[in-house]
Amino acid sequence: MENLQLPPKQDKSLLKKVRAIIITLLVVALYVWTFTSIDVDWGRAIERAINNFHRVIPRLLSPDWSAAGEVGAKMLETVFIAFAGSLMAAVIAVPLSFLAATNMMGGKIVSTIGKWILSAIRAFPDLILAILFVVAVGPNAFAGVLAIAIGSTGMLGKMFSEIIESIDMEVVQAMEASGANKIQILFYGVIPQITPEFLSYAIYRFEVDIRASSILGIVGAGGIGTMIIFASSNRNWNEMGMILLSIIIVVTVIDFASARIRRKIV
Amino acid sequence: MTTKNSLTQSSMPLYPAKTKIQVTIIFFVVLGIYTFSMIWTQDEMVGGFGGALGNMYTVIEKFFPPNFTILPTIWKAMMQTIQMAIIATTIAAILTVPLAVLSAQNITTLKPLYYITRTFLNLLRTIPDLVLAVIFVGLFGVGVFPGILALTVFSLGILAKLISETIESVDMNPLEAMRASGGNVFQVIWYSLVPQIAPQFTSLVLYVFEINIRASVVLGMVGAGGIGLVLNQHLKFYNYPNAMTIIIVIFATVLIIEFISNKIREALL
Repeated sequence: MENLQLPPKQDKSLLKKVRAIIITLLVVALYVWTFTSIDVDWGRAIERAINNFHRVIPRLLSPDWSAAGEVGAKMLETVFIAFAGSLMAAVIAVPLSFLAATNMMGGKIVSTIGKWILSAIRAFPDLILAILFVVAVGPNAFAGVLAIAIGSTGMLGKMFSEIIESIDMEVVQAMEASGANKIQILFYGVIPQITPEFLSYAIYRFEVDIRASSILGIVGAGGIGTMIIFASSNRNWNEMGMILLSIIIVVTVIDFASARIRRKIV
Repeated sequence: MTTKNSLTQSSMPLYPAKTKIQVTIIFFVVLGIYTFSMIWTQDEMVGGFGGALGNMYTVIEKFFPPNFTILPTIWKAMMQTIQMAIIATTIAAILTVPLAVLSAQNITTLKPLYYITRTFLNLLRTIPDLVLAVIFVGLFGVGVFPGILALTVFSLGILAKLISETIESVDMNPLEAMRASGGNVFQVIWYSLVPQIAPQFTSLVLYVFEINIRASVVLGMVGAGGIGLVLNQHLKFYNYPNAMTIIIVIFATVLIIEFISNKIREALL
């Protein structure tokens, strides 16, 4: 049985060992800090949960069908907000992504500026954008469309620029060598390579935006979120059940459809 | 020469006619839905765009200059948000391991188990974070605890999905070799699956942590603790300079955390 033993492990260098120890200590310190300074009132939370359980859960599971029409209309509005917003974002993101891609506009400075613009847009949570647009165009669904459009532009622009960076540059070089101008290279060398993936990501973003636009209503930017806030402040859990059901159905259907379309495109 | 050239061009178009028609139809359908949704969403809009930029300017002006004197008071709430995100991400990362393994097609050989887990995760992912927060706040009252729960459930759905996809894309040869030499299920997972997915696992957990920081802004709006709660209070009292400070703090925190986790990710992958 002597020869049945594990192969010898590679010796790790001292630097790596020290680094691993430091990282471990940092992580442990982070957790100690987190769990010692967070204040959760367990007694009160459990007491309230026991009191509220029968008031919330059973009613959540028996949706209020009389509200179905109203909920359906708001859900449709949510889908429209997401659609208009993500389509706008997909269009705005294209020039920004060309700006941010390192292999397109030449200079490294330009692409760095483009990348900075995109990360600055991404750093704003959707909800804060929604607050700004509600102030600008009033509390209606269009504020939601604008918030979704700007919010998705940051993410889509980043994805698009990564796609552009991953294209086969030999095609572009071959076209350059045979004397094509910039416009020709763009239309015959670059666009055919990026179109399927651009479309796929735009459709995926629509999926994400359906989820995002369903919460914008809490700041007045239209969609189903408005009803979520009303139902929760009225403690109308039956209606909340109906809202939850409609969100689950719509999101599932759209996820399914978009997965099918994306599989066909790519 | 020229005639030959034009001949090849006319007989061999770049795209076939059928594709052209299809693309045109799809384009007009998309445009139609777009127009319709623009009309629908602008239906209740009063005043139109005329005042939009003006309004925005007036309001943005009210947000400036930000009132930095409240920094000491919001510091604690921001820390609370980060702590909520840390706890929620950790719990989700632990719970996600069995779920992700069960919903990976190449590991779970028992089909019904795979379908049940997958359906459960798909359902879980459809519920927006806001709805989860509203329900948990209704159950446990206002505070940090419902926020942590909502974030945990919310990130569990995303994380389990992403990790199960990573598991499905691993190299199956080491697993087969382990199995062939008599390793049991747990040995196979521990010695040939875990080393393959560990870097991606860490990277995805960090990604979900970033999402959780952003999401906790939303959660605070419905009373689930953290910085969102404070932001909501200031907005309700039209205390715009204070709100602006909070927005800047959130902005900076998100950027810093994104930077750190990008660095960690680069070191890992």
